[in-house]
Amino acid sequence: MSIYFDHAATTPMSQAALEAMVTQVGRLGNASSLHSPGRSVRKDVEEARELLSRLVGAAPSEIIFTGSGTEANNLVIKGTFWTRKQEDPKRNVVLISAFEHHAILDPVEWLQEHQGAEIIYIPITAAGYVDLEVMREIVAKRGDEIALIAVMHSNNEVGTIQPIAEIVEIAGDIPVHSDAVQSFTKVDFSFAQLGLTSATISAHKIGGPLGVAALILRRGIDITPILHGGGQERDIRSGTLNAPGIVAFAAAAQDALSHRTETELRIRNLKTLLVDLVKKEIPDVTVNGSSNPALPGIVNLTFPGTESDGLLLLLDAEGIFCSTGSACSAGVPRPSHVLLAMGLSERTARSSLRFSLGASSTEAEVQFLASAIPAVVTRARAALVRG
Amino acid sequence: MDNGRTMKLIAAMSGGVDSAVAAARAVELGHEVVGVHLALSSNPQKYRSGARGCCTIEDSHDARRAADVIGIPFYIWDMAEEFHEGVVENFISEYASGRTPNPCLRCNEKIKFAAVLDRARALGFDGVATGHYAQMVETPLGRMMYRAADPKKDQSYVLAVLNTEQLAGAYFPLGDTVKEDTRKEAKARGLYVANKPDSHDICFVPSGDNAGWLRDRLGSEVGPIVDETGTQLGEHKGAYTYTIGQRRGLGLSVPGEHGQPRYVLKIEPKTNTVVVGDHEALAVNHIVGDSPIWCGPVPIAETVYEGFAQVRAHGEPLACTYSHQGSEITVDLVKPLFGLAAGQGLVIYDGDRVVGSATVSETA
Repeated sequence: MSIYFDHAATTPMSQAALEAMVTQVGRLGNASSLHSPGRSVRKDVEEARELLSRLVGAAPSEIIFTGSGTEANNLVIKGTFWTRKQEDPKRNVVLISAFEHHAILDPVEWLQEHQGAEIIYIPITAAGYVDLEVMREIVAKRGDEIALIAVMHSNNEVGTIQPIAEIVEIAGDIPVHSDAVQSFTKVDFSFAQLGLTSATISAHKIGGPLGVAALILRRGIDITPILHGGGQERDIRSGTLNAPGIVAFAAAAQDALSHRTETELRIRNLKTLLVDLVKKEIPDVTVNGSSNPALPGIVNLTFPGTESDGLLLLLDAEGIFCSTGSACSAGVPRPSHVLLAMGLSERTARSSLRFSLGASSTEAEVQFLASAIPAVVTRARAALVRG
Repeated sequence: MDNGRTMKLIAAMSGGVDSAVAAARAVELGHEVVGVHLALSSNPQKYRSGARGCCTIEDSHDARRAADVIGIPFYIWDMAEEFHEGVVENFISEYASGRTPNPCLRCNEKIKFAAVLDRARALGFDGVATGHYAQMVETPLGRMMYRAADPKKDQSYVLAVLNTEQLAGAYFPLGDTVKEDTRKEAKARGLYVANKPDSHDICFVPSGDNAGWLRDRLGSEVGPIVDETGTQLGEHKGAYTYTIGQRRGLGLSVPGEHGQPRYVLKIEPKTNTVVVGDHEALAVNHIVGDSPIWCGPVPIAETVYEGFAQVRAHGEPLACTYSHQGSEITVDLVKPLFGLAAGQGLVIYDGDRVVGSATVSETA
């Protein structure tokens, strides 16, 4: 048995994306070349851009392709900060939620360390949402000092969907960025409707290939680039366009969205079943983060009296693949900063696992997990080295 | 291993060549093996510098890569807290009380074959395989540990702190191999670490400057260097940075009575005094060790046996008689050894078999 419950890490590539990619890889041409092969590839890229822009609720010119979600987040965080601060030196504050992904947290911390930026973290409620009241107070008090605000659309570890529309409203004229890599194609997401200044989406989270993502940046907004070169992508992200990746990205999005409602409902039911069955076997298990509103496929569970890396090893041996919070650069497991931000103790955070279901998940897989979990938890409890 | 029974083993993989080949051999013997790299520092350095240091990010990458090549699952276990408490703090406090500890002994005793073995057993594994060079022999009286086939690499000394229960879960697939062959085998197996230098020195002192490292943690209070009569001959910067038998680095301008070199004889942490004297005064004929650990059958108490004593990792085996009573082992050497500090590991051998170990508490 081989059960992949780590769709939030990366997803299997959809047939549509795979075919699009393979076809495009065989085509000669640099999309920036003026001759016929170049123009032909450019046409493929622009068609993909138009398709993707429709699917994400943006204008084609608002899509800036990048090499990864991390790159898109770095670009928008640093680029917006630099531009906004240049316009008005007072704007030295970056306001972010306390449980952002490291691809947001780390560039913001880099700005603090190297450029003197001030970070204000919006606290997270126990249910897993940004505290809007606190945010409102911060914006009221410090609004004219804030260079940008970043709050993820949904959290990658607990799945809670953040109140982005309200955040945008509170922000007023301050740019708001939202990392939407976990949300896009999983739940309803429209860049224009939310009124965001920018958002990040990534291909490999939605059945597309690795190595391609996009920053969606509102028309008319200019940010300072990080990569300088050929001036591609509105002069904001230089570098030869990854045509096969881009074409496959759009194909993956189209495929996923063509059956989104049914898939979302099916995965959501599987998640409910998973929680019910695991609870039946391990009565003291707790679910981290509210399920409403939340992504259909992510469930984060605490197994009291265990260490998550022990659980992971034992589940891996059973052929069940899930994940713990995160690891440092040397691969050492760390308690999840997401769970800590939600008020869990370090001990509790270290006993938690994320299962993320996707389009390929089945009821049989969930049943198998439920049958394997009692022995795994018993073992992991015996192996707890730190009380 | 274990009479051909298939076992579930954790292979402790440092990122070096020995542990990689040990893991590969365990797999080849049919065991179900999971590779584990121990993260022993909470603030690891990025790269190794030559033979020094370990547990760098590069080491964990090398260990992961070796596990991939061998085809086994791989995890990193965070043992930084246990290592700091059981090994690093012990190292500092032993030096602070004028003793000379061996942190590799403590690491085997408290981490690799304690915290790791306990966790492995609880997770359903039979034991821990490492790249140590020592041989395990099954006898009607239980498992016994012998010196490695390669005398230059023999690590039975640093493993002599394992009791029989720990030894029951310890597997050393390289015990019958000479180091050169391990490297050749690594190369043949396509393990990238085949030519990685051996690690030496103390892993948590990456600079190799033990005295400086200790000074940073214990301060560098100036104190007297005196002779055996108590006459002050000079000054030192922190008594604990000296080792019994040390000759260099004393900075004494007054020569010995007959112009002979002087050696550190004693360190008195309470008065921060270093006592020096001539070579003869370092002679030790009688050793008392406390907290004995037996690596096999316990010798009959208050009975005098003939055997060998070893007091350093790569020291000579010294012919002796030994006996034990209460919580002490007493050793009488046939010929004196020169320079032995309290805190050093005393390991007793019966030929090549490891009888047990103790920590040196008194010498005469």
